[in-house]
Amino acid sequence: MKGLKDLFTALAAVILGLLAGAVLMLAIGANPLEGFSYLFRGGLMNIERIGNTLATATTLTLTGLAMAFAFRTGLFSIGASGQMLMGGLAATAIGLSLQLPKWEMLTIILIASMLAGAIWGFIPGYLKARFNVHEVVSTIMLNWVAYWTVYYTVPAYFKAKLETESARIPDFASLKVPWLTEIFKGSFINLGVFVALGAAIVIAIVLNRTVLGYELKAVGFNRHAAEFAGINVPKNMALSLGISGALAGLGGATYYVGYAVNMQIGVLPSQGMDAIAVALLGANSPTGVVLASLFFGVLHSGKGFMNAMTGIPPEIGDTIIAIIIYFAATSVLFTRLFDGLKAKLRRKQ
Amino acid sequence: MWDIISGIFPYAIAYTIPLLAAALGGFFSERGGVVNIGLEGLMVIGNFVCAVVISRLQPKLGTGAIWLGLAMAAAAGLVFSVLHAFASISLCANQVISGTAINMVASALTVFLARTMTGSGNVRITLGFIPFDVPLLSAIPILGPLFFTKTYATTWLMLAILALSWFVMYKTRFGLRLRACGEHPHAADAAGINVYRMRYAGVLISGALAGLSGGAILVTFSGEFNGTVAGLGFLALAALIFGNWKPLGILGATFFFGFAATLANVSQVVPAVSKIPGLVLKAFPYVVTILALVFFSKTTQAPKADGEIYDAGKR
Repeated sequence: MKGLKDLFTALAAVILGLLAGAVLMLAIGANPLEGFSYLFRGGLMNIERIGNTLATATTLTLTGLAMAFAFRTGLFSIGASGQMLMGGLAATAIGLSLQLPKWEMLTIILIASMLAGAIWGFIPGYLKARFNVHEVVSTIMLNWVAYWTVYYTVPAYFKAKLETESARIPDFASLKVPWLTEIFKGSFINLGVFVALGAAIVIAIVLNRTVLGYELKAVGFNRHAAEFAGINVPKNMALSLGISGALAGLGGATYYVGYAVNMQIGVLPSQGMDAIAVALLGANSPTGVVLASLFFGVLHSGKGFMNAMTGIPPEIGDTIIAIIIYFAATSVLFTRLFDGLKAKLRRKQ
Repeated sequence: MWDIISGIFPYAIAYTIPLLAAALGGFFSERGGVVNIGLEGLMVIGNFVCAVVISRLQPKLGTGAIWLGLAMAAAAGLVFSVLHAFASISLCANQVISGTAINMVASALTVFLARTMTGSGNVRITLGFIPFDVPLLSAIPILGPLFFTKTYATTWLMLAILALSWFVMYKTRFGLRLRACGEHPHAADAAGINVYRMRYAGVLISGALAGLSGGAILVTFSGEFNGTVAGLGFLALAALIFGNWKPLGILGATFFFGFAATLANVSQVVPAVSKIPGLVLKAFPYVVTILALVFFSKTTQAPKADGEIYDAGKR
């Protein structure tokens, strides 16, 4: 029943978000039906665009899993952006300095990006556990530290011609592989898709089938009860944010050496914030996260096409996502509605 | 050395003022028991509305348009914060999630609107406030060059609001009640205070101040809306914690951030500072915030019910 309720809540939030988008399109004198048809066609029209949607969803799945994992332990990390940057920086640094066969290279890159993200997540986790530093503030601060680290490190050590971006990632260090690119007719899709799916499965197993997952969830439900039951709460908090950071770092690798061909400086990746939407809409479950990131993937990869065809600003996509989060946050409205409907049905029977 | 300090002081103060406004907004919201992560977004709203009003009305009203823009920025922040109040107080939503949603809606919606208006997504104003030297006071040695030269009108406005905030929070019935709702809402309820109404008031005041803060950024040092206030809202939130939820503490913390950020920004042109690596300078305020939180979080004086949902049926 809980799954059904989550689905109902998520769908209600999505529908209201799309409706709000329609109102906005009307407000600027555009035709919403036309707008939405181009938005979805832009994300799904042909095999290349589907590939791009999947590539966008790849990073969102990983950062969304990162958020969901922290949420399950009752921690609200906003640090996915910074962890992505650190993971991406590690991946870029290795991609531009080592020369190894592709598979060894990719293994090292993925592990390094996970480690970099994990460190960036473990710091706020440790500070929360040991000193009670609020994780929302510390993760935001670390986002900016990561931002400036990339801002100064990339031009100093990894730049090519332009000051504002790293040199191009060589093919042997990129997650893009020819056969996948060919199937999807030259889209941005890359091996990250399998990494993301694998991560979703691993996280599902960890959360539902292991002692670690049980302890983490127990801390999330009620940390005092968990402590009373003999669970080491500080250890679990630090561990949870560390794992969350590792996932976001992996997301950074799939973006900076998969989707993109180099690392731009001066950008705090928006996937970090969208990840909150993904986790919320997916009710913090790995399956839900995958589905939600596919949906947001469509919105993100379709908005450019919609803009080109109708002149509606592409920010409508971000606005819809933001409004969906707001409605997902106020889901108590829908929960009441759902319970009301259920009670009504029962009375009829 | 003296030249450097007296040279960057006015800029540091100009940078501090919006931070102070937003942090005072957070002060009202959190003393009432509602965490407002949405400060950043509310500042963006204020920044946008102020830019639109001024760019439209400046030819007709001149300087009057700037004041009108600031007033409208505060009004827009107040209206927008109703969304946060409704979600987190009436619907018992998670306050952090609701605030995050506010941030995302604000930055996406304003750029969306700006793009339909100007095409580029930026709104520029031709003239903001012009810095002026305070007569007589600026002639005082040492203090004059530091505090009374090249000041903006918004600086004096915000300092007045700071004093007013202190008075309202500690010397009026309203302030006492608001603080009660942030410390122990059930006791406040039992004493006959309408907790929901007080918390709404706290959040709406925070919205107005954050909106004003966004406007102040525009009319002093930025001059352009571009869809972001570069994390100042989050920094204000950190300053609130750093300043231990007290007006003078907040003033000190925001000035510290303002000074550190200005020092980092002007580092290239000041020889004494330019030897320090840019990364160290830029990351300094954020790292210090974390360190400060490490030292202060154990003995923190956060409002006891800060961030907790108030449900009258739960005891």
